[in-house]
Amino acid sequence: MEKKIYVDQGSRIVNPIHFDQNFCTGCNRCVEACQVDVFIPNPERKKTPIVLYPTECWYCGCCVMECPNPNAIRLNPPLMNQIYWKRK
Amino acid sequence: MRELEWAYPLRWDEVKEVSTDVLILGGGIAGCWAAIAAAKKGLKTILVEKGATIRSGAGGSGCDHWESAATNPCSRVTPEELTMAMIKDHNGYNNGISHYIECREGYDRLLDLERMGGKIRDTENEFVGAEFRDEKTQFLFSYDYENRFTLRVWGTTFKPALYKECKRLGVEIYDRVMATSLITDVNKQQTKVLGATGVNGRTGQFFVFKSKATILCMARPTRIWLFSLGLPGISEFRPLQCMGDGHAMAWKAGVEFTMMEKSLRGQWSGERSYPPYGTGNTHNTWYACSMVDADGKEIPWIDRDGNILKSVSQRYRPSPGQKFFLKGGGESEFPLYEYQGPDTLPIENLLQNGYKLPFYADLPSMPLHERNVIWNVMVAQEGKSRIPIFQRYKEAGFNPEKDLLQSYGEGWTSASFLPRERQLFGIPGGIVNDWNLKTNLEGLYAAGDQLFASDCNGHAAATGYYAGRHAADYAIQTSQSNLNDQQVEFERRRVKSLTNKSEGIGWKEFNLAITRIMQNYCGEIKSRELLNIGLKLLENLETIEVPKLYVRNPHELIRSLEVINILINAKLIINSCLVRKASSKHLHFIRSDYPEMDPIEWHKFITVKLENNKNNKVKVGALPIDYYSSLKENYEIYNEDYIKKRII
Repeated sequence: MEKKIYVDQGSRIVNPIHFDQNFCTGCNRCVEACQVDVFIPNPERKKTPIVLYPTECWYCGCCVMECPNPNAIRLNPPLMNQIYWKRK
Repeated sequence: MRELEWAYPLRWDEVKEVSTDVLILGGGIAGCWAAIAAAKKGLKTILVEKGATIRSGAGGSGCDHWESAATNPCSRVTPEELTMAMIKDHNGYNNGISHYIECREGYDRLLDLERMGGKIRDTENEFVGAEFRDEKTQFLFSYDYENRFTLRVWGTTFKPALYKECKRLGVEIYDRVMATSLITDVNKQQTKVLGATGVNGRTGQFFVFKSKATILCMARPTRIWLFSLGLPGISEFRPLQCMGDGHAMAWKAGVEFTMMEKSLRGQWSGERSYPPYGTGNTHNTWYACSMVDADGKEIPWIDRDGNILKSVSQRYRPSPGQKFFLKGGGESEFPLYEYQGPDTLPIENLLQNGYKLPFYADLPSMPLHERNVIWNVMVAQEGKSRIPIFQRYKEAGFNPEKDLLQSYGEGWTSASFLPRERQLFGIPGGIVNDWNLKTNLEGLYAAGDQLFASDCNGHAAATGYYAGRHAADYAIQTSQSNLNDQQVEFERRRVKSLTNKSEGIGWKEFNLAITRIMQNYCGEIKSRELLNIGLKLLENLETIEVPKLYVRNPHELIRSLEVINILINAKLIINSCLVRKASSKHLHFIRSDYPEMDPIEWHKFITVKLENNKNNKVKVGALPIDYYSSLKENYEIYNEDYIKKRII
């Protein structure tokens, strides 16, 4: 078993979680609240977590609900799930 | 490409052994309640959860309504009436014991939740004067406003409150640990469960949990027919990792199952679907929202006799001469007239009469309180809807006072699936239980989605707590046994064997192969020939491909162990389908070689279990459709202590 793993950030199918570096303090509460375990903590302290398994996201939004700063993290549902609505 | 070192220490070769009185496998709603009940009895309690207990499970992110709270002070139905209605609505194929527990104790759990910090009342008085509000208790009701047994709740507050309570009571929580097998003692006449093994999905560390009593609280099987290679996380209604580990390990240990032949054409979620509760519809979270067609023409609501309802208020009332109704439209797919609630005209009827697609949910036309309670309470509090729907739609400009939200599926679904794309939904099969919620194995109990005919949050909570206190009573009068080292070592090697390869096939390819087999050979129409080929192909996968599964880190180890469990669950399902030699409407079960629908001699629960761990022989049994016998009397015999305490 290797100690190194490789993350290919160029071939993402979806990008479910977006962090804003200006607000995220790297507290990793989202990492600890995610039941699917899609994140890993950033190896650099106080930096935003890494979404290592984006396609496994269930889009429940618990990472957002647990975040102490509402501007630091954003959930992006898959584009194909954009719903249509119109003004009455 | 960015090179990263694995974020956690690797402990592949470490084994940690721990002992406890009560061991709970699965930290969702049922598991947390089981842990709370056991810990309250003063016993050492361990909770093993594959994800993160604070938000894990199907109900971790929220819950908008609490069903079957028949003992709340406003309810006009008794637990007996309500349970019997649920049983009759499914033509008997329902769990009388677990649903009676839900009807009898669900409301107690809701009050417990409030004491723990969960919100269950309109304490801000936002809905004063609404016809679904009780002014004295501040409870808000949904569905049947006259009979008042389903409460609207603020369920996003529940799971963190349960987690906090577990910690306060000293429950030892092992997050990120997947339970992999039950440890049993098969030397005696009856198999006894002595604990379980587990592996950590971040470190690879192996665990041995020794227990006096064990409770299975994991999820129902998923990813059997449905799997998305591109977006595995939304393959099903439930989270990716809630896929039925408990069913697989229980089956291997000889636990008895029933109704596993039942599966429904997909309704919810999956790659085909829009987010549940995120499209215009009339059911469940959105009951009873008005709908309009493409030209803005209002879609009529009818009562069970087909009479058009003139007001919104009537959608929340029983029909003339009806005592009460179950949900809207009925609880089962084939609602019984006696309990059938209001619904919109069927879609075929609407299209024939000139209504034009697409249809839209018309929140703006709803009375103020109804609109606000659907959008600001139900959608905001339901599971996985607060952030992706309530918050994101608002940010994107959706205004519930002004906008029409499109509907995509028929009625309350958010997609249209093919007949072969199936799910375990609508009270599916599971473990057979007695009045202690004990399984057929000594020392082993089950709750929530592990039980046959399970459904919602209230059911998981009530059965979890009930199993917790009965397992604790058993643990108090039993002693710890020594484990069979060989069995533990065998399991450790099985888990480890996945980690020592440098190439092979990945878990996603494996999962997709299972779903292809199940769609082809265990789809809507079943027969002995098809099922036998399916079983043979699954067995080939097991013997030829499982040894090739390849993992690169502990996270992938968990995913690979999961797909092996999915394969076991698929086999359990095919075996169950083979032994019911009759078709059944309410089990959604069609056998082309036994086309007669519901012959009376097959109106019973067919049970299956593996005879022992050594061979693969399936032992078939049967239970009478009313095996639970008298609900009230039995409940009172088994729960004298609880009833006494409740009165005090």
